[in-house]
Amino acid sequence: MTATTLESAVEEVARPVRPTPARIPMSRIVSVELRKSFDTRSGFWLMASIGILAVVATGATILFAPDDALTYGNFAAAVGFPMAIVLPMVAILSITSEWSQRTGLTSFTLVPHRGRVLAGKALVAVLVGVVSMLLAGLIGALGNVIGTSINGVDPTWNISALEFGYIILGNLLGMAVGFMLGVLIRNSPGAIVAYFVYSLVLPTVTTVLAETQEWFADKQPWVDFNYAQGPLFDGDISGQQWAQLGVTGLFWLVIPLSIGLWSVLRSEVK
Amino acid sequence: MIKVESLTKQYAGFTAVDDVTFTARPGRVTGFLGPNGAGKSTTMRIMVGLTPASSGYAEVSGRRFADLPNPGLEVGVLLDASAQHAGRTGREILTIAQRTMGLPAGRVGEMLDRVSLTDDEADRRVRNYSLGMRQRLGIATALLGDPDVLILDEPANGLDPAGIRWMRDLLRGYADRGGTVLLSSHLLHEIEVIADDLVVIGQGRIVAQGTKAELLATAGTLVRTPDVHQLAQALTSAGVSFTPSAATGSQDALRVDADPGVVGRVALDAGVHLVELRAADGAGLEEMFLELTADTQRETLTEGAAA
Ligand SMILES: Nc1ncnc2c1ncn2[C@@H]1O[C@H](COP(=O)(O)OP(=O)(O)OP(=O)(O)O)[C@@H](O)[C@H]1O
Ligand SMILES: [Mg+2]
Repeated sequence: MTATTLESAVEEVARPVRPTPARIPMSRIVSVELRKSFDTRSGFWLMASIGILAVVATGATILFAPDDALTYGNFAAAVGFPMAIVLPMVAILSITSEWSQRTGLTSFTLVPHRGRVLAGKALVAVLVGVVSMLLAGLIGALGNVIGTSINGVDPTWNISALEFGYIILGNLLGMAVGFMLGVLIRNSPGAIVAYFVYSLVLPTVTTVLAETQEWFADKQPWVDFNYAQGPLFDGDISGQQWAQLGVTGLFWLVIPLSIGLWSVLRSEVK
Repeated sequence: MIKVESLTKQYAGFTAVDDVTFTARPGRVTGFLGPNGAGKSTTMRIMVGLTPASSGYAEVSGRRFADLPNPGLEVGVLLDASAQHAGRTGREILTIAQRTMGLPAGRVGEMLDRVSLTDDEADRRVRNYSLGMRQRLGIATALLGDPDVLILDEPANGLDPAGIRWMRDLLRGYADRGGTVLLSSHLLHEIEVIADDLVVIGQGRIVAQGTKAELLATAGTLVRTPDVHQLAQALTSAGVSFTPSAATGSQDALRVDADPGVVGRVALDAGVHLVELRAADGAGLEEMFLELTADTQRETLTEGAAA
């Protein structure tokens, strides 16, 4: 009972030969991934929370900030805080849900190159990050106009386009960290917890270390990725600080991201 | 056409798929059988690139799965119907697949009709789907791109009797129009009715393959006696080979590789009292399956008679 006896017994039934289909274009992968970030209740509300939290933060600033604190810089800081938490979650969940919800079984068979699916997700993350930041910036600006006119003071516009660009970059780095933890851990709760350790616990530890250990204080900008991102949010970053961002980013982002991508590409999806 | 060549998959010292080679042909339904943990799902996952093979390869329509430009249009895959985002509606899941494949939007509604999911059901979240509804949705996803090849892991799982009948007709129709169908199932009756070719696997290795007709026509005699042990001894000394048979569901039967006349003679000479003696052809798939996989079964059904 080998394949040969099987062969002889088979009468071939021809099916009309169809032309080879075209390769799935990247634009389609991106649009499908974008749709996938909105089409569940949790995904939808996560996205909606970006706008909602920006409005809440702006409202709170109008209500509680003293008159002289009603500057665009303060509105931007208030709005930026929830962004820095929600946007990385968007990046994390877009990756981990393929494993936690096991949708990867379909996603990675319909597009049999995991790298292309991940590239689509990365592009969607950048798109969502930039659009959210622009939206948040706009909501903050409206808050600045409304807040100052309610309180009868002149609006202060103390953030330049360049500074705003740095802030967007800082948030995109946060999303990249989420993306990195997503591909490395591939489990939603695990990656979310890891993100908070990475972005809240770790900086606390390094701050304490820098305050108590002199030898560390000098080296901190060159080893602490969170610290090195600080200048982006302060709106001014020197050449040396760019170098520090690059060096720390290599170790805290690029290398673990490469390991994560490599393991996603060769792991088993089930 | 699906071609699997010397496929092997090892997990940390354990071989789940061991040098598996077979071909599923166009116009045929190929049944993939084996006990739990035999390696069917693993083989299928390797075919579609979800699990990397340790060695060997699988080809679909003459190409490695990863080289298919738009796999959904060439291969319909259903591996696990519950592997879906619980928070999406059935319609949304089909829409995502339809968009990925670049098909017209109307295709989603057609497929929902085809698998008999109502509009109301299609708009429910998959979290609230019954097992059979998930299965239907999975089948709809597999059929969406009107592929030439279907790879289905236990597609009848959870379907009601009407659903199973529908599934059978659907797959038959698919193969008759020149499609290649590979399906695994534990529902041996279903496989027996629908499959043209069989591949039987046990502990990762192929134990038999061929057309259903060939495999089921294994000649021989089925003999039943309360004194299996003595008959076995008599047959052995007569130089006739036999295997324990599970045909009767108990341990009192043997399948002998000889004509009933020979077996009757041996029994008479040995003074063994028979309760049944007949040609074993027409032995069902179940018996064949249990015999072929006897060494690899968890439950040793035929133990005792093996002496
Ligand atoms: N990641 C893994 N690590 C170790 N062993 C694994 C892994 N994945 C699968 N196996 C083992 O490989 C074997 C084959 O599993 P598989 O799911 O292919 O069986 P199956 O034939 O589909 O069984 P069933 O009929 O129950 O669906 C099992 O023993 C399983 O435990
Ligand atoms: Mg299985």
